[in-house]
Amino acid sequence: MSPDRKLRILVAKPGLDGHDRGARIIARTYRDAGFEVIYTGLHQTPEQIVNAAIQEDVDLVGFSILSGAHLTLASEIKRLLKEKGADDIPVIGGGIIPDEDIPKLKEIGVKKVFLPGTPLDEIVKWTKKNVRPRR
Amino acid sequence: MFTHKTLKWAHEGMERWLDRTSKVRNVLGRKNQSACASSVDIKPIYTPDDIKDLDFDASIAYPGEFPFTRGCQDTMYRGKIWTMRMFSGFGSAEDTNKRWHLLLKEGETGLSTAFDFPTLMGYDSDSPKALGECGKCGVAIDTLADFEILTNKIPLDEVTTSMTINPPASVMWAMYIVAAEKQGASCDKIGGTIQNDPLKEFIAQKTFMCPPEPSVKLTSDTIEFGTKYVPKWNTVSIGGYHMREAGATAVQELAFTLADGIAYVQDVIDRKKLDVDAFAPRLSFFFDCHSDFFEEIAKLRAARRMWAKIMRHRFKAKNPHSWRLRFHAQTAGCSLTSQQPYNNVIRTTIEALAGILGGAQSLHTNSLDEVWALPTEFAATIALRTQQILAEETGVTNTIDPLAGSYFVETLTNQMEEKAWEYIEKIDKMGGMLAAVIKGYPQIEIGNAAHEFQKQLDSKEKIMVGLNKYATKQPPIPLLRIDEKLRDEQIKRLHEVKRVRDGRGVAHALNDLRVACQNGKNVMPYVIEAAREYATEQEICDVYREVFGEYRDPAYF
Repeated sequence: MSPDRKLRILVAKPGLDGHDRGARIIARTYRDAGFEVIYTGLHQTPEQIVNAAIQEDVDLVGFSILSGAHLTLASEIKRLLKEKGADDIPVIGGGIIPDEDIPKLKEIGVKKVFLPGTPLDEIVKWTKKNVRPRR
Repeated sequence: MFTHKTLKWAHEGMERWLDRTSKVRNVLGRKNQSACASSVDIKPIYTPDDIKDLDFDASIAYPGEFPFTRGCQDTMYRGKIWTMRMFSGFGSAEDTNKRWHLLLKEGETGLSTAFDFPTLMGYDSDSPKALGECGKCGVAIDTLADFEILTNKIPLDEVTTSMTINPPASVMWAMYIVAAEKQGASCDKIGGTIQNDPLKEFIAQKTFMCPPEPSVKLTSDTIEFGTKYVPKWNTVSIGGYHMREAGATAVQELAFTLADGIAYVQDVIDRKKLDVDAFAPRLSFFFDCHSDFFEEIAKLRAARRMWAKIMRHRFKAKNPHSWRLRFHAQTAGCSLTSQQPYNNVIRTTIEALAGILGGAQSLHTNSLDEVWALPTEFAATIALRTQQILAEETGVTNTIDPLAGSYFVETLTNQMEEKAWEYIEKIDKMGGMLAAVIKGYPQIEIGNAAHEFQKQLDSKEKIMVGLNKYATKQPPIPLLRIDEKLRDEQIKRLHEVKRVRDGRGVAHALNDLRVACQNGKNVMPYVIEAAREYATEQEICDVYREVFGEYRDPAYF
């Protein structure tokens, strides 16, 4: 596949958290920026998300969590990606995440955390700069 | 409303004013500012001319009288201050019971339950789906045993309790009924509200379980059961709050909420063959109080007037109690900022004032830290004090509907109503709200508004202080954290309950429920029996899922 093909991005809503305003806005924003977007919809288990990421052959997984379950669910997503040999798919996240948890998420292997109030443009710029088509 | 002479003066005065101000570019050229998605254009000044066609009798009238623009009760806050009902629940049933006692001691006048996500979605704490969520966004409830702890030493025949619960509303209500019965409070003595409004779940809050049609059927079951046996209970709280939080404009919130209400009333009439006046007086509503002060007040006044017309003219209700719209209000969570969180106290105060001037029957004020987590005791107490200060220090409760007759507020009320009718007509043409929801219409409309608002924030066309202007960084505030160990303890209790309960009794009760579901009977008596046998929430909801099917998010974006 050519290196300048469109980025494929999975926007994911792990857990039972129903707050999807942010995830849907991010999905639209990525689509408008010219990326290919797969949105999982709500209430996905880490397993479902990882399977979708592999099946859809995405270049990036972005999760949105507002329920406080981010540490548990992000570790599970990273663990499963590793287990299924897809650890090269970068994972980023956003939502209601206390400052003190950001280093913990980084340690888990979440590449970037976007907090509420981040301009959409900044997220697109970061993605263009840091994410490459995997093949 | 005015004499020809007054209108003539108003006209002439307006011309003079326009002549003077047209030279001052900033006055007329400045865009309207408010930190939410706007619904209508606002003029810099209003005069008698704007409300010259308004008929006092038909459109404003007196509180407690059709069309209820001024309030749903005769005396409003002169008779009784709104119920101060703080949405509250976290961790275990013990934690929440303790918080409830604290809030009651501090002057709260009604209870309101926040459940955690597994409970909201009909899963037990030991479900793999509950991973990481147990006790996080509310209290974890699996069986009647948790409910008994939750309501320990709370006099359920005196305090009214609201429960924010939707697909499993019948289950939590059944547990409440049995817990109350064990305290000696029979069905006819207890009062409270179950949110139980599934349509707005598909539209906005997104805790759904079964597909839309059977979900509405379950709501009609509870309405029928309440009408017959629990007469002081509000069996549904038809909510616009969540749509607004998902990004809807004030007009969308107003229109979609009333359209949901129409759908429920129609379903009960069609399915249960109940007379509209038998059940309509117990319908209640739930609105957001967002940051655009006057728009919110106008929205709430318009809501009462519109519902009165809907009930009287569309459904031919004869009982004035069926015409009046009673509502709970909550300040806007989405108007708060995680940056500089102490500013949230000010936002909440102003929003609460809008709710009060709009005539709310009960009110929740958000805590300053609620944008981060469930509130600490400190933050929750400030939020409660906010209501107490408004009620007891400011004088705003002395006059009923004090903004009536304002050229601006009356005009805005009319505009909200007009624009909301346009939406309702559109939804009627689609075949009603159930059909519109299945089509994804309100979901997409709200998604568009949310996206638009975010772009306006990014371009600084809309301002949120501390977020995209004056954004000095402040140190983090202390937050309530839920111990991950809570899940283990909750699971331990769940397994202990399962071990000691009468397994055959549970199996019988669940089987009876299954048959009732298959035969289209009212589920309530069967759910109450299952709750009494200590069937778990998930065991009951699994029956619903098995018989009625499961709804999957269509993932619109």
